[in-house]
Amino acid sequence: MSKHENERKRTFLLITIPILALFICFNTIPLIRGAMYSFTNSRGFGSHDWVGLRNYIDLFSDARVGKSYLFTIKLALVTTVVVNVLSLILALGLNSKIRAKGFFRGAYFLPNILGALVVGYIFNYFFTYIVPALADLTGIQALGSSILSSPSKAWIGVMIVCAWQAIAMNTIIYISGLQTVPEDVYEAGGLDGATGWKQFKHLTFPLIIPFFSINMVLCVKNFLMVFDQIIALTKGGPAQSTESISYLIYNNGMSGGQFGFQSANAVVFFIVIVVISVAQMKFSSSKEEQL
Amino acid sequence: MKNTSTVGKSNKTVMVLLILGLSTIIFPLYMTVVIAFKQPSEMTNSISGILSLPKVWSLDNFREAMEVTDFWNSLKNSLLISGLTVGLSILIHSLMGYTLGRNKSSKFYNFVYLFIVSGMFVPFAILMMPLAKQTAEMGLANWFGVILLYVVFYMPMNVMLYSGYLTNIPLALEEAARVDGASTWLTYWKIIFPIMRPMHATVAVITALAVWNDVMTPLIIMAGSSENTLPLAQLNFQSQFGTNYNLAFASYLLSLIPILVFYLICQKQILNGVVNGAVK
Repeated sequence: MSKHENERKRTFLLITIPILALFICFNTIPLIRGAMYSFTNSRGFGSHDWVGLRNYIDLFSDARVGKSYLFTIKLALVTTVVVNVLSLILALGLNSKIRAKGFFRGAYFLPNILGALVVGYIFNYFFTYIVPALADLTGIQALGSSILSSPSKAWIGVMIVCAWQAIAMNTIIYISGLQTVPEDVYEAGGLDGATGWKQFKHLTFPLIIPFFSINMVLCVKNFLMVFDQIIALTKGGPAQSTESISYLIYNNGMSGGQFGFQSANAVVFFIVIVVISVAQMKFSSSKEEQL
Repeated sequence: MKNTSTVGKSNKTVMVLLILGLSTIIFPLYMTVVIAFKQPSEMTNSISGILSLPKVWSLDNFREAMEVTDFWNSLKNSLLISGLTVGLSILIHSLMGYTLGRNKSSKFYNFVYLFIVSGMFVPFAILMMPLAKQTAEMGLANWFGVILLYVVFYMPMNVMLYSGYLTNIPLALEEAARVDGASTWLTYWKIIFPIMRPMHATVAVITALAVWNDVMTPLIIMAGSSENTLPLAQLNFQSQFGTNYNLAFASYLLSLIPILVFYLICQKQILNGVVNGAVK
């Protein structure tokens, strides 16, 4: 082995060791500690005992935890569909031959750069005061009181705020997808009579499936971890109807004395995220292979 | 000719729809500005009372909001945390990405790559409780601890981006420097690091946006330090606004202004960075 190759190997090792140590210290070790706490009855302070699988057994019979999973999954699914449909339409519009293209793209991306917490506060006011005042004006009884104070409708408010910001991001990704479709594909398709919806279904969409996959993965992961919007809009209420999993873990684990129990919840949540992400990646890579 | 005229027609419809659609973005911002400038006495429960323009464009609400939320201090913390995180991320993640990208044939480095990149699947929810304890034990329950955590959290994504980008950079460039007797370390900083500039821009944009708007990490780590970042200040002082929504909105607007200015100046870089980060 040459002297130079030794030097190169040593340098690589000297780079890797401290960075890997940092990563292990603040990612791997807390992950393992979290998993360990999940087998204890820790309240976050004071002493604690090992309780074996008790937390996990309790988890599956805990109504509040079950409710938070149902809410989070419902929110993630509905918002993902809404966001992707609207983003695709918007991207098609923004990618057509229009004037001031740059301005429109810049303006439609704006919601994404704003902090979700403050956006949530602004929409909180919008739902609490503006919408009911508008309903008064127009006489729509159904919107007379704030949707955020209704246990059956509050999730819609959360969905709207999540979508408002996510559409900006997904649209930009769809636009970059649409730009990869060469013009002559449309021309050739046009000769075969593929226009409008037919053209989209048979030509455009199949060609941007990789971008569709990216958006799906981004959406589902982000919405499953929703937190800022909840804290700004509903704080989990009313009647715990909008408690997301992250919010419940934070609220009851950090200050509610359920450190051990919520650690078990977090471990299950982690497994759910991994399973969904891996399944999505498998699914989308098999779709891409078909093309 | 006939063809272009029909295209022109349909585009006008698209234009109109796009302009109408913009109202969903402009309205919340208009509402924020108007309410932020008004006095509580000008607010009535009717729609016109809330949304009409203020009688006087006074900066009083902003002055008061700055005091209540300790604005300048929060701004300083946010700038410090975001700036240092971005700087450290570019230095550390690019080095790691380089090392891992150049050792694809080694089992050890492949394992390290998978190990770090799989960190992307770890939700913050599982880390937050142990990290709150751990940072307190280590004396890192402050802005510096927050920066360290960010460098770790964004490592999976950024290392993946860097090592992916490296496949486009030919090994021959380094070999030429080797002939001149330069060490690997020096070659990296002199040749590879500058070449990766487009990727530095992408990493800077996505890391900066994520850090600037993040609430959870400072909420959990800095809770006891009486220091705030801009978003955290909004959360912590929410109760002090009471029912004075004008004051609250002045504060919201203040906290949005820095990122809005940044977006106006670097819009193109931000859009490119975000797309590159997501698509690559």
